[in-house]
Amino acid sequence: MSDTIANGAVSADPSARYYVRDHHPENSTLLGFWIYLMSDCLLFAGLFAAYAVLGRNYAGGPSGAEVFELPTVALNTAFLLLSSITYGFAMIAAQRKSLKGSIIWLAITGAFGLCFLFLELQEFAHLIAEGNGPQRSAFLTSFFALVGTHGLHVTFGSVWLVTLMVQLGKHGLTPENLRRMMCLSMFWHFLDVIWIGVFTFVYLMGVLP
Amino acid sequence: MSAPHNHSGHDHHHDAHGHGHDDGAPHGSLKDYAIGFVLSVILTAIPFFLVMNKVFDKSSTTAAVILGFAAVQVVVHMIYFLHMNGKVEGGWSILATLFTLVLLLIVLSGSIWVMYHMNVNMMPGMGNGVHNMNDMQ
Repeated sequence: MSDTIANGAVSADPSARYYVRDHHPENSTLLGFWIYLMSDCLLFAGLFAAYAVLGRNYAGGPSGAEVFELPTVALNTAFLLLSSITYGFAMIAAQRKSLKGSIIWLAITGAFGLCFLFLELQEFAHLIAEGNGPQRSAFLTSFFALVGTHGLHVTFGSVWLVTLMVQLGKHGLTPENLRRMMCLSMFWHFLDVIWIGVFTFVYLMGVLP
Repeated sequence: MSAPHNHSGHDHHHDAHGHGHDDGAPHGSLKDYAIGFVLSVILTAIPFFLVMNKVFDKSSTTAAVILGFAAVQVVVHMIYFLHMNGKVEGGWSILATLFTLVLLLIVLSGSIWVMYHMNVNMMPGMGNGVHNMNDMQ
């Protein structure tokens, strides 16, 4: 009986009902997403460990010093870092309730992400065309697995980015969309953090004699 | 049942936190992102410079230095881009991060340690370890 009254009271004021129901879930979404990112981090840790173990087993094939082009890697790093800060600008625009600003900065972020993917795919295609595909040596297997997994993450991040832009265009800066933007923000910055490990551990240390 | 009482309790809760609703999520200012970006550019440029210009003679020195720069840059990203601190989500985020770091350390150092010794012990007559193995191929 009193339950019915309570429910009636809740639905009588839709906004109160909304806040009561949503206040805590919103926080736990971000914590949950953070824990997902940490588990993703462990996935990368496994791939980094594989590369650490196999990265110098060339099986008579090329070494890192022979196949890595550091200027290209530097450019890729710049693209990813720039996309990180432009995503930050999108978040600031969202805080200022500027829908147009958010969408424009997200588009610029996506453009940098695509530049990164383009260069990486070009590098992979070049390696495979020269017969240095993942099957060539343990070094190249672990290289393709690690860098490829990171590239896949950026690919899906870009798909998510486009989806989010469509949602923003349709519904505006609603609390739901802001929450989604926060999640993608963490995802995108997280990928940049992983890339620090990749360019340091794989590329820079790979060309050392 | 005390449902109506609970409901009013929730309402009170909502009022108390109503203004802080937007602040449930951590977010940074323009200044934060600018500082993070400049620091990241510097911390990226130095390792590339060190490796491309072969500043140190010994590979191990270069490796140690650039790994140090990478570690610092990860912390910079965590603070200025991911807005990590001890207060986010009541400290649970930093706890999850520290736990992950511990696992990371175990996975990485454990793998490298075990596999290095495997290589040494599985190759009779190549007592000097993995480095000789590469030369043999």
